[in-house]
Amino acid sequence: MQYESMLAETVRFPGDKGDYISAYVARPTGPGPFPGVVLIHHLPGWDEWYREATRKFAHHGYFAVSHNLYERVGDGSPDDVAAKVRAQGGVPDAQVVADTEGAVQWLRAQPQFNGKVGVIGSCSGGRHAFLYACQTKSIDALVELWGGRVVMKPDELNPKQPVAPIDYTKDLSCPILGLFGADDKNPPPDQVALHEAELKKHGKDYEFHMYEGAGHGFFYYDRPMYRQEQAVDGWKKTFAFFEKHLKA
Amino acid sequence: MCTSIVEIAPVEGQGRTPRGWIDLTTAVVSFDHPHHAPYEEAICIDFINANLDAGARVAVEIPLESARAFASALNRAIAEADELAIECAALPPAEKTLKVAVG
Repeated sequence: MQYESMLAETVRFPGDKGDYISAYVARPTGPGPFPGVVLIHHLPGWDEWYREATRKFAHHGYFAVSHNLYERVGDGSPDDVAAKVRAQGGVPDAQVVADTEGAVQWLRAQPQFNGKVGVIGSCSGGRHAFLYACQTKSIDALVELWGGRVVMKPDELNPKQPVAPIDYTKDLSCPILGLFGADDKNPPPDQVALHEAELKKHGKDYEFHMYEGAGHGFFYYDRPMYRQEQAVDGWKKTFAFFEKHLKA
Repeated sequence: MCTSIVEIAPVEGQGRTPRGWIDLTTAVVSFDHPHHAPYEEAICIDFINANLDAGARVAVEIPLESARAFASALNRAIAEADELAIECAALPPAEKTLKVAVG
């Protein structure tokens, strides 16, 4: 039996405006080189589920990085920190994009990295992942998990979210896999259809799956929205997609 | 669901956290994913002090039905308090000088 081990630790690197932010990183031990995956956490924060997902990617042979988008409000339990961010009206899109670019650049400086990087995010992180992928040329694959508010009405825009992500579709620079639940209310299926139509219109390389019997957040095994069968299939599709685009 | 339904109100007063009472600055009411309560979505209410660290928070996560019952109770109590305050205001002003009977 082959020996297995991984390294998981926190690191710090510059994000938006040079502010240092924390990240939880995990990779198999050994020289690699390993493909990279950057995980963009969801609205509930930089929490245990995201750490577990980071280690899951390492288990599958990736150099995974999950950065803390809520660093600037200080330390605390993920729910307290998320509440403080919520009280401030959330984090600005531009800051998330720049922090994520910081994570990708940190990855690029690591000797064990193979030069290819994918980005994945769920919920608000799915939205941010799509937004980031439309504003960079530095990634090779994107997995968007039920990203809400990709489609936004004009009255939903605000100084922190000044542009609806769907309006950037023409600039998407890499293939995208999208996983959604048919019972989700945000994004509802009609908005997912608009999102997909826009990708098709601009000739993008996309693969969307809409799961029946699932709503929002169906990967979260610790929440009532967990759907075992759909989650297992979703993970399978995610790994197949990254395998194709990051390991080939 | 990822709703981004958030309402924020300035508040005064104090709230009890696990580490003691804190001054409050802000109440945040949202309808989104709860962190702990076993619902897909919940009304989440945080009373916080925005000037302190993230742990300075009194939080509840309750389903919509409970939130409606709570809001009704809150409104009834406020209505009764308002009525009482009007009645109190109508009373004659209290004597300003304390009179003490001497032996």
